[in-house]
Amino acid sequence: MTLLGKLDWSAVPFDQPIIMGTVGVMVVAIASILSWVTLKGYVPYLWREWITSVDHKRIGVMYIVLALVMLLRGFADGIMMRTQQAVATGGAQGYLPPEHFDQIFSAHGTIMIFFVAMPFVIGLMNFVVPLQLGVRDVAFPTMNSISFWLTASGVLLTNVSLAVGEFAKTGWFAYPPLSELQFSPGVGVDYYLWSLQISGIGTLLSGVNFVTTILKMRAPGMSYMRMPVFCWTALASNLLIVAAFPVLTALFAMLLLDRYLGFHFFTVDAGGNVMMYVNLFWIWGHPEVYILVLPAFGVYSEVAATFSGKSLFGYRSMVLATMAICVLSYTVWLHHFFTMGASANVNAFFGITSMIIGVPTGVKVFNWLFTMYGGRVRFTVPVLWTIGFMVTFVFGGLTGVLLALPAVDWQVHNSVFLIAHFHHVIIPGVLFGAIAGYNYWFPKAFGFRLDERWGKAAFWCWFIGFHLAFMPLYVTGLMGMPRRLQHSDVLAWQPWLLVAEVGALVILSGIICQIVQIVVSIRHREQLRDTTGDPWNGRTLEWSTASPPPAWNFAVLPRVNELDVFWAHKQRVLAKQELPVRQHAYQPIEVPKNSPVGFVTAFFAVITGFALIWHIWWMAGFGVLGAAVTLLAFMFRRKDEVEIPADEVGLFDRAHPVEVSL
Amino acid sequence: MNVTVEIDAVRESELLNVSEAGPASKRVIAGFGFWIFLLSDIVMFSALFASYAVLAKASAGGMTGIQLFDQRNVAIETALLLLSSYTCGMMSLAINSRRYLPTFLGAAVTFLLGVAFLALELREFQGMIALGATPQRSAFLSAFFTLVGSHGLHVTVGLAWLVLMMVQLSLRGFQDVVVRRLHCFSLFWHALDIIWVLIFTVVYLMGVLP
Amino acid sequence: MTEMRWDVAPGDRPTIPASEQGASSGFLVYTIGLLLAVILTITSFWVANTSAIWAPGVPAGLAVLAIAQMGVHLVFFLHITTGPDSTNNVLALAFGVLIVFLVLAGSLVIMADLNQNMMPHTDMLNLQMQR
Repeated sequence: MTLLGKLDWSAVPFDQPIIMGTVGVMVVAIASILSWVTLKGYVPYLWREWITSVDHKRIGVMYIVLALVMLLRGFADGIMMRTQQAVATGGAQGYLPPEHFDQIFSAHGTIMIFFVAMPFVIGLMNFVVPLQLGVRDVAFPTMNSISFWLTASGVLLTNVSLAVGEFAKTGWFAYPPLSELQFSPGVGVDYYLWSLQISGIGTLLSGVNFVTTILKMRAPGMSYMRMPVFCWTALASNLLIVAAFPVLTALFAMLLLDRYLGFHFFTVDAGGNVMMYVNLFWIWGHPEVYILVLPAFGVYSEVAATFSGKSLFGYRSMVLATMAICVLSYTVWLHHFFTMGASANVNAFFGITSMIIGVPTGVKVFNWLFTMYGGRVRFTVPVLWTIGFMVTFVFGGLTGVLLALPAVDWQVHNSVFLIAHFHHVIIPGVLFGAIAGYNYWFPKAFGFRLDERWGKAAFWCWFIGFHLAFMPLYVTGLMGMPRRLQHSDVLAWQPWLLVAEVGALVILSGIICQIVQIVVSIRHREQLRDTTGDPWNGRTLEWSTASPPPAWNFAVLPRVNELDVFWAHKQRVLAKQELPVRQHAYQPIEVPKNSPVGFVTAFFAVITGFALIWHIWWMAGFGVLGAAVTLLAFMFRRKDEVEIPADEVGLFDRAHPVEVSL
Repeated sequence: MNVTVEIDAVRESELLNVSEAGPASKRVIAGFGFWIFLLSDIVMFSALFASYAVLAKASAGGMTGIQLFDQRNVAIETALLLLSSYTCGMMSLAINSRRYLPTFLGAAVTFLLGVAFLALELREFQGMIALGATPQRSAFLSAFFTLVGSHGLHVTVGLAWLVLMMVQLSLRGFQDVVVRRLHCFSLFWHALDIIWVLIFTVVYLMGVLP
Repeated sequence: MTEMRWDVAPGDRPTIPASEQGASSGFLVYTIGLLLAVILTITSFWVANTSAIWAPGVPAGLAVLAIAQMGVHLVFFLHITTGPDSTNNVLALAFGVLIVFLVLAGSLVIMADLNQNMMPHTDMLNLQMQR
């Protein structure tokens, strides 16, 4: 065994110009950013305030930054596929050879689900939930940091696969036997498996963290039915994380054992059972999409209520619907493999459950509509994304109900009709919600609002672009076009694929508008400054803090008597029944101490993952040892907390009184 | 984390139930968080159990459970682990009354019983491998080694944790954070015995039925 | 937070704070638990090996005994009760049990169904042999 395992210079794809070009751009970009940061002297600040931070607000921001950056990579993969399919018909081969195209569609799915949607949603929950619950941080702040950095490790490994080696060519579910060593002898599937195992641990720990926080740490008086709906959806989402991710961990462990130690879980010989993988994968996979969409639903609830100036319609039914979706999402998974040999009875059972699960979502849609009905709706950017969601998602959901019929599914399974369906629910469902939340809570995080005009332009580009890009796929799907085609010779599909390509370009303009939005907002931040902490006349507790909130969130934990307690307080102040600010004596506050353990553990996780992928056993051992030593050092650290003196708390609190905005 | 509350606005009688009492104590938070983590671990084991159940008959012409499993050995392993759960309970009582010697004694016996369990299990694995019943031989054996081996790995991690906790206890005494971690350890150790109940029932006892 | 005894960590004995729990009553609880677990374990091994019980009923009997044993562990070693201060712990456990049940039962039903449904039919086998 050589010193570097399977790794040698042939791992770098020097002969593939597209990949080398991309890698070149990435390397130059990263190098420039790192140099600029270092030369400007920001490194100590970044280390102290962000990298070692255990503050949920900082960690939330970092998750979202990660998600937005990876959105660019995932989208690049998407538009490359669209372009390839638009040109490669009738004998033309396009510009992407099959081995490359296969890696692109696999990377696209993996990145979008695991490294865009998950971090975005987890980032929003990180930032908002403790503030809405009226507490200072999550239950386990240092573990929160570890979770983030482990997710970042997965991102790093996946991106390294572009430059060194290859990515999986199996699609983002990596079904065996294709993903077994016999048929995928390269490192691609190993990159996929180790990236996701490592980030999966981070996600699972996040789930534990948030379930504990929401159930055991709320401001005094905040009973369950006085929690904001976003916190309920966060609870349901994190319960699903705790319930589903361990299955994926076990599943990937089994596939890794097959690949590394010659076990026979999913091989075609010695009794392996390939369908067991499919079964277990979707036991995880279906709850996963609800993990993603439930917090987005929570965002819509918050946005609809705030910008209609009314309380959310049907709070109780919202809570019930959320928890119903949570449980039901664990009963539908076979609809992802109706065609793989189950009997009609089993298919029928899961078809029925898949239709039932549309009911609580329908309840939610009606509640949002009734919230806005009779309210004075302000058409801000978050509201546009919300209305865009409502209009689009309902149709996407309907195609889902259609697909829930096994007989229909048998016609369109694994065609681009399916692709159209799931993008039709995930993009308006998850992505629009994430972007709405991002626009909505941005002023709370950074102290200034995002530019409205560029935000609206971005929305319209996304809305129009999305429809142009995906509606044609319903048509070609019904015409028989399978998914994941590198080229085809059915000329009838091409006009539709060209429309889809135009749609992708319109979405690209939407993304460019979002980038411009950030640049313009930073430039004009003084005009967009949020001085009151409550730029939208909000209803929930996060708007009662300064923008951005201090490390300790609340000088004194709020006493909660009712739902939408901040809104009620503001009404009473306006009616002169209450003072806007209470006088109180300030106490010193203990906040958790920053720690490098997250970053350092993740560093060793990357080393271990990379080493295992390339079979560099000594390096893998070193990585595991390093991670163990890091955790040991953390276990034996002396001081867990830092005390903020009462004067500092008082000074900040008096400088940032909560103003009642109209 | 220290939590300050406006004492004048809070009357205990006003707080009707636990859901309105504000953030819970660190003991409750740490214990509940670890409890949730344990539940996730149990879900992971259920995925391994499901795979085992599906593959239990897939011996691909190799050796089957009936031929390989030694019930006497399993009975001894079960007794060892069950007793170690009991001694862990004794250790918990000693921790509650903050007495050092019984704590170290309880930990030591728990540790030794756990090591004995692992030794027997490793010997069993070695025996099977020597007979050619390796995990690479068939899907049934892959599933067996993975399921039972994962449990054994958890036991190993638990024993290492116990040693570290005893080191920390001797260095720091019964500090709050040390007591919380010991409590989490005992939750872990009892949960492992619960998993073992399922393993010896489903894998070994049901596995030798005709 | 103050010294409220509203909520109990999983594994703590309810209502009595950990520091005030008498060592003797705790000792009794663990010992009873151990004895019950030993009895149940011995019974399991006996059930699996005896011919005194109707054979098809043996797996069910073993399952019941296993569930009883897990219950003994939960109640006597982990102090899970149905008191109001333990509600979160019980609910979390119930959620976990539900998920485990769905994973196990769901997988077994589906995989058995797939196996049954995808078996080559004997007449098809004959056709192949005839060619």
